[in-house]
Amino acid sequence: MSKEAKLGWKTMPIGGFLLEPGSALKYKTGDWRAFKPLVDQSKCINCLLCWIYCPDAAIIRKEKFIEVNYDYCKGCGICANECPVKAIIMVEDKK
Amino acid sequence: MVQIMGLTGDEAIAYAAKQSKVDVVAAYPITPQTIIVEAFSEYVHNGEVHTEFVCVESEHSAMSACIGSSLTGARVFTATSSQGLALMHEMLYIASGLRCPIVMGVVNRALSAPINIHGDHSDMMGSRDCGWIQIYCENAQEAYDWVLQAFKIAEDPEVLLPITVNIDGFILSHALERVEVYHDKDVENFLSFRNSTLKLDPDTPFTVGALCFTDYYFETKRQQAEALKIAPKVIDKVNSEFEVLAGKKYSQMDTYGLEDAEAAIICLGSTAGTAKAVAKDLRSQGKKVGVIKPWVYRPFPCDQLLEATKNLKALAVLDRAYSPGAPYSALCSDVVSTLYQNGKQLNVFNIVYGLGGRDITPMDLHAIFNETLEVAETKAVKEPLKFVGVRE
Repeated sequence: MSKEAKLGWKTMPIGGFLLEPGSALKYKTGDWRAFKPLVDQSKCINCLLCWIYCPDAAIIRKEKFIEVNYDYCKGCGICANECPVKAIIMVEDKK
Repeated sequence: MVQIMGLTGDEAIAYAAKQSKVDVVAAYPITPQTIIVEAFSEYVHNGEVHTEFVCVESEHSAMSACIGSSLTGARVFTATSSQGLALMHEMLYIASGLRCPIVMGVVNRALSAPINIHGDHSDMMGSRDCGWIQIYCENAQEAYDWVLQAFKIAEDPEVLLPITVNIDGFILSHALERVEVYHDKDVENFLSFRNSTLKLDPDTPFTVGALCFTDYYFETKRQQAEALKIAPKVIDKVNSEFEVLAGKKYSQMDTYGLEDAEAAIICLGSTAGTAKAVAKDLRSQGKKVGVIKPWVYRPFPCDQLLEATKNLKALAVLDRAYSPGAPYSALCSDVVSTLYQNGKQLNVFNIVYGLGGRDITPMDLHAIFNETLEVAETKAVKEPLKFVGVRE
């Protein structure tokens, strides 16, 4: 979750309205995670199946392998399940 | 300038909605609906109004359509009753949560089972905590007057909350009464078009109904609490403006005979009319009795109740709904909480009456007044909650 100061009831818009678009970017959902995907970049064949399957668009494409955006990765494990070369493993996310 | 019309409670509410020039009415036209939307659909059919009338497939959808319309800045009205209100329950919270100033006529009727169509307050009391402002009327005239005022209160930028205007099923909804209606022009001067600063519009898009978890939900509810706290001030203001139009002054609480009463009845809706007639009779015999009728039930008029009860020695609280398993029914819980919170000692007892449309007669009220006088005398409440008018 974002560490920025949150608005109080006196200052925030009524009704839970979001008056500007793009606020989902500020909502760091990474702290929902119980398990964390770890990528073994030496095994990664850059097939991008994880990138396709990730429901949170939390896979970052690099030239030869992928990385995980931990700000938004909720730790669902779909990437690890889909990886054909088992380059991604899920480990307990100790915070 | 007024015109006299013969209107049922339902028709009086529909007529007020017509004069309020509502933009959208969404309703589900089947039992338990009311003649309110039936009468309004005739205005639409006759071309007397320019309202978008949406026939939906359930009360749940009716309120959903009302919410969507209200968010675009439209003035929105609907009506329901009994099971219909119960089916709307989920959407009632969304209407208040999204701060939609919808006005809804509610014809108070019993909830099943057993199946029943007659008047009691179980339906509205079941949705009491939905965050709406709730107004109860004694007769068709009050229903007409309050609907006109309700739009102005609901749409005030400091309030922005939906309002129910409640009338007793059949007793008021279907009984023909003399109603003084005001000229369209005068109503227009009192109630201009809704001026919404924040509305869904292609030019000013914003997000409605986004997820508010542990981090923002509580603040949103706190804002609603604040709006209800501010509402009495706005209600007072609108009551004063309405006085200019109507020549009569409403407030949050109506009282009768309280200048010297020692024993009183407090109740909601049409029962207050019968109670006043009985009180008048008893007062002519020198008995010091009075009647208190909250017009506004939510937000509860605590200050007015304290003022009204300051010289009383006993108070009977009449509830036309029962809170199963609770120490008192809804109205009595509010009365006792208000008195206790302010350290006021008063002998209060609760009477549950009229469930499923069971009549409350002048004789019943006569007996209740006498019992209240006895409690004032002996300073002892025998039964804190009792049922009146039920066979043993």
